[in-house]
Formats: sequence, structure tokens, C-alpha cells
Amino acid sequence: MSQNSHPTPGLYLVILLALVVGTCLTWGIAFKDLGAWNPVVALTIAVIKAVLVILFFMHVHYSSKLTKLTISAGFFWLMIMITMSLSDYLTRTFLPR
Amino acid sequence: MSTSQTTTTEHHPALAHQFDSMEQQQDASTFGMWVFLLTEIMMFGGLFTAYLIYRLKYYPAFVAGSTSISVSWGFANTLVLIASSFTMAMTVWAAQNGKRKMQVWLLLATMVLGAAFLGVKAKEYYDKWDECHIPGHVIGKGFNAWGGCSATDKSLGNIAEEIRDPKKHGNPNVPEGAAEQIAKQTEIFFSFYFAMTGLHAFHMVIGLGLLAWLTWRAKSGEFGPAYYTPIELGGLYWHFVDIVWIFLFPLLYLISRHQHGV
Repeated sequence: MSQNSHPTPGLYLVILLALVVGTCLTWGIAFKDLGAWNPVVALTIAVIKAVLVILFFMHVHYSSKLTKLTISAGFFWLMIMITMSLSDYLTRTFLPR
Repeated sequence: MSTSQTTTTEHHPALAHQFDSMEQQQDASTFGMWVFLLTEIMMFGGLFTAYLIYRLKYYPAFVAGSTSISVSWGFANTLVLIASSFTMAMTVWAAQNGKRKMQVWLLLATMVLGAAFLGVKAKEYYDKWDECHIPGHVIGKGFNAWGGCSATDKSLGNIAEEIRDPKKHGNPNVPEGAAEQIAKQTEIFFSFYFAMTGLHAFHMVIGLGLLAWLTWRAKSGEFGPAYYTPIELGGLYWHFVDIVWIFLFPLLYLISRHQHGV
């Protein structure tokens, strides 16, 4: 437990800046037509922003292994829900009726 | 109660007797908060999954609905919420370093930004009311006047026109009846829009209540380097609400702006 290593205001400011840049980037890119890549780019930027918030604003980077493992498990279940559901609906048209 | 049998050692007044130390107490509290937040993530995750499935099924309607909401307001609100997450993170830092006044000011700043977010959200909701985009088409502009927003009202007609308008990423070759059909299906998009942003806004309102309570306690000097767990947990909740919006913004506003085969 690295209990005494708290993030500093400087680090918070860097994270804020990264989040603002990410938001501007995703906003600008939304107006460009990238075909099937629009959702991929937008959601990748969202994931990066969320990870920054979780690791630093929510101090998960500094918390115990138990907390880290629990959070990872939670997101793993979320991914099971999303990927298994979508892999069904996305592939229904692949086979002839 | 007799305490003669127990060793009376000095400890922090906030330390509950089932814990060995303040550190252990905070770890347990943080862990519990995360378990709660994971259940919240699964709740919003269910909505996200349903949204993605219906987006596959009614893609042209989701494009029409998504292009009818304002990206600029959504963008502005994302920045507001990110800024509020920053002030919240700084509140925890101020508490850790025993800066009582700074804590109160930062909490108030977080609340002002949170309220600004809800204000913009209310403006966006009003626009949907004004354009007769509320699902069901009985609530909206002219609600008090005879007729209200009927299914044959301008709203659906406008969306059908926009679907054919090449300037709005539309396709002029969409046949007459199909455009009306798609316009009707945008009600599914708007149902998701209001359910997801509504549930999120409800969490914001609860968050504002929590922040007001924390401000009250911080003002009395309850929190310092030895004990700031409530600030930490309130912060976790506030950041979680921020993360939900970080995903709502691209899903609702950004990913369906250009129409393609799935």
C-alpha cells in the first residue's frame, strides 16, 4: 500500500489538460467523415479519458491491490455484457436465412 | 459503561471501534464505495448495451436523432464536467493538506460547475420540447394549445425533410414513405436519449446534495490530513458521474453523425 504517495496539484493539472485536449480532439474529429472509424476513434478517446480519471482523479493508481483487482473484475464483467450481446446482434446477418 | 477492563488509548474521534487504524478504516470505506460504484456501472452499462443494439437495428433513425441534438452544447457540458472533476480532485488534496478554507471554496466551485451542467442540460431539454422531439409526440411546444405535438405535426415532417437533405448528411434518394418511417423511429433514439441523460442528471442532483452536505461538514473543520474519508468517497461518486458523461457524449452526440452501412 503506497498510502503516503498522494498525487499533487501539478499532476491533477496535467490530467485536466489531457482531458480537455481529448475532448477537443473528439469534438473536432466528429465533424470529419471517417466512415466506420468515427465510432472507433470517439470511443477510444472516451476510454483513454475514463482511464485517466479512474487512475488519477479517483486515486486507483495509488490504492491497494485488492481495490485494483476488484475494479478490474467489475469492468471485465461489463465488457462481457457488451461484447457477448453485440457479437450476437452484429453477426446475425452473416449467415443466410 | 465501564471501561476499566479496556486499555484506553488515544485515538482519532472519527475512528470506528471495529477498525485497527485510520488507514484500515479508509481502505475499507474506499473498497466499499467502489463495490457500490461497480453496481452503478453495471446499471448504466445495461443502458449502453441496449442503446448499441437498437442503434444497429434502427441506424438511420439514430443518425437522424443524433444529428438533431447540439454537439456544441454537449461539448461545452463535457468541459464543464471535466473542470468540476478537477476541482473535486483538488478538494481531496486540500483536505489531505489541512487547508480548511480552500476545501470549502473548491467544493463550492464544484457545485457551481455541476449546477452549470444541469442548466445547459435543461436548455437542451427545452429545445427538444420546442422541436416536438419528446417521444410520444403529445408533450412539447403548444402542449396547452389544441393539438399539441401530434404525430402529423411539423416535428416528424422536419426530421423526414432532414433525412432527405444532403446538407445535413441526408440522402435525397430516400423514398417518400421511408423517410416518414425513419422519422417515426427516431422516437426510439429520443427515448434512449432522455432515459440515459435523465438518469445521469438524477445522479448529478444527488451529487450536488452530497457536495452541499460535505461543504457543511468541511466548514466546521471536520476534515484534515488524518481524516478526510467522506471527501474522498464523495469525490469517487462525483468522478463516476463524470465518467458516465464521458461515454454518453460520444455515444449520443458524436458516433452517428455520418451515415454508413453499419
